[in-house]
Amino acid sequence: MSIKLAQGGRPDELEMRTCYCNTLMELAARDDRIVVLDADLMKSMGMMPFKLKYPDRAFDVGVQEANMIGVAAGLSATGKVPFAHSFGPFATRRCFDQVFLSAAYARLNVRIVGSDPGITAAYNGGTHMPFEDLGIMRNVPGITIIEPTDAAMLKDIVIQTADLYGVFYIRLLRRNAVRIYEDGSRFEIGKAVPLRDGTDATVFAMGYLVNESLRAADMLAEDGISLRVVNMFTLKPIDKEMIIKCAEETGAIVTAENHSIINGLGSAVAEVLSEHCPVPLRRVGVRDMFGEVGPVDYLAKRFGLTAEDVARNVREAIELKAQRKR
Amino acid sequence: MDISAQKIKELKAFAIKIRIETIKETADLGFGHLGGAMSVVELLAVLYGEVMKIDPKNPDWPDRDWLICSKGHAGPAVYAALALKGYFPLEELSTLNKPGTNLPSHCDRNKTPGIDMTTGSLGQGASLAVGVALGHRLDKRDNYTYLILGDGELQEGQVWEAAMLAAHHGLDRLIAFVDYNKQQLDGYVRDINDPGDISGKFESFGWNAYKADGRDVADILDRIKSAKLAKGKPSVIVLDTIKGQGCTFAEGKLDNHHMTISREQAEEALAVLYKELEEVTGQ
Repeated sequence: MSIKLAQGGRPDELEMRTCYCNTLMELAARDDRIVVLDADLMKSMGMMPFKLKYPDRAFDVGVQEANMIGVAAGLSATGKVPFAHSFGPFATRRCFDQVFLSAAYARLNVRIVGSDPGITAAYNGGTHMPFEDLGIMRNVPGITIIEPTDAAMLKDIVIQTADLYGVFYIRLLRRNAVRIYEDGSRFEIGKAVPLRDGTDATVFAMGYLVNESLRAADMLAEDGISLRVVNMFTLKPIDKEMIIKCAEETGAIVTAENHSIINGLGSAVAEVLSEHCPVPLRRVGVRDMFGEVGPVDYLAKRFGLTAEDVARNVREAIELKAQRKR
Repeated sequence: MDISAQKIKELKAFAIKIRIETIKETADLGFGHLGGAMSVVELLAVLYGEVMKIDPKNPDWPDRDWLICSKGHAGPAVYAALALKGYFPLEELSTLNKPGTNLPSHCDRNKTPGIDMTTGSLGQGASLAVGVALGHRLDKRDNYTYLILGDGELQEGQVWEAAMLAAHHGLDRLIAFVDYNKQQLDGYVRDINDPGDISGKFESFGWNAYKADGRDVADILDRIKSAKLAKGKPSVIVLDTIKGQGCTFAEGKLDNHHMTISREQAEEALAVLYKELEEVTGQ
């Protein structure tokens, strides 16, 4: 792991999908095993440059998510390294049996990319707004689940997974993420990344909520509250050691995810805490609801996913810690 | 190319041997998916006995022909064919479905030497076969991918997703078989959800479609040879079969998808088959 933090906390000029396409084209140039698949979202995903340059290795199967996963698994059985994309709900919910059996149970080698996580599905609304994709995929034995936070991490993760074997679910924002890391940063899959030190509580955040958690830390610092922020970009395998360490050192935990609190990051952290180091826990996430249409900032407020929501939950967790000591 | 009478005799004998071993391995357990295993026996005899480019000593040979048995519950018949070809010892067949076995109910590429793909959730083998055929084409290999589908399985939408894509890519080294035994677990296919004109459906999806008598090794072999001559399209061969065919206590019975098998039933069926084998081989 070799990480440099970027300054500023501003949206990146580079879209995540452009970074994804560029990285795959770089990989494809030196590795003829790389193939990409899509279910009629190649344009949405910004993959046309790849398709133009490598037409034989870009399979747009049309609107057939289940078939796409099976074809990807079949290609991998012949030694290819497939990256198969659709919107998050259709890359998981729609084709779960194919992911589970054709790819994972068969021990094949498939990277599944689900885009527009949670509220970032915005104007596509509830039908396209996955609050459950991570929870669904967590049930697949041996799967690796990653939500890259920004383009620097995305590039590194895509390159790393190309040389690994197994089934991966990569949850991917298509548009501009807030830049957290400098280019060239290297990450270790399964190892959470501390972003800011703190002593009163720890927030474990993923994806969209990473920057919101950093903002919450700034807000709380004004009141003299010291919040540790850890980027839990790998949901599975979960970094158990980091969770236990932070629980022991700060005594209060908050999770923050652009996803349902059921079977996502909140559940995963709760499972580790309750078995190994029970400390007060608050979970920021969607509370058993369907999505709806709207701009991202509206949806963040609607579903309780803002920096203010993180800060409020941190205060509550710290209060619970204090009550326990009394 | 003419198929010699001797070759046909060999394939008939091979089919009877596959049938004998399949009945033995399922009878050993006392129950199993016998009906749909019996109906693909002649096809397996033709594929493993003549058509497929394989090396039983090197099951992962990259240039081999692949077989994806999408109706994964026919696994026991495939295992019998593999054991008879020498992929693993014949004695191992008696471990079918027993704890720790390499021969599970449904085909598993990670457990059984010679099994090319994991199947069992119906419809999925079709997409896997398309992926495998595309992979071989990318590698510029000339090997064939064979796919076995059940007739009940055609009710799965995924089969038709895969069929559409295979035709779109002109996968002429993909040859599918439909085991048209007219029965599924809950009854006759025509009563449950009739697939209708199977050949016509595949043709309308852009495939070459053929029909063959699925109990006649010569006819099956002949149709495969025709399918290989057709270029630019995938081919399907709809095999007219009988669920449970060639097994005295299973053939033509209604509830033969998964059935219990008594020692007496097995012995009676095997006695008939040993006699048939004598007649075919003249020994």
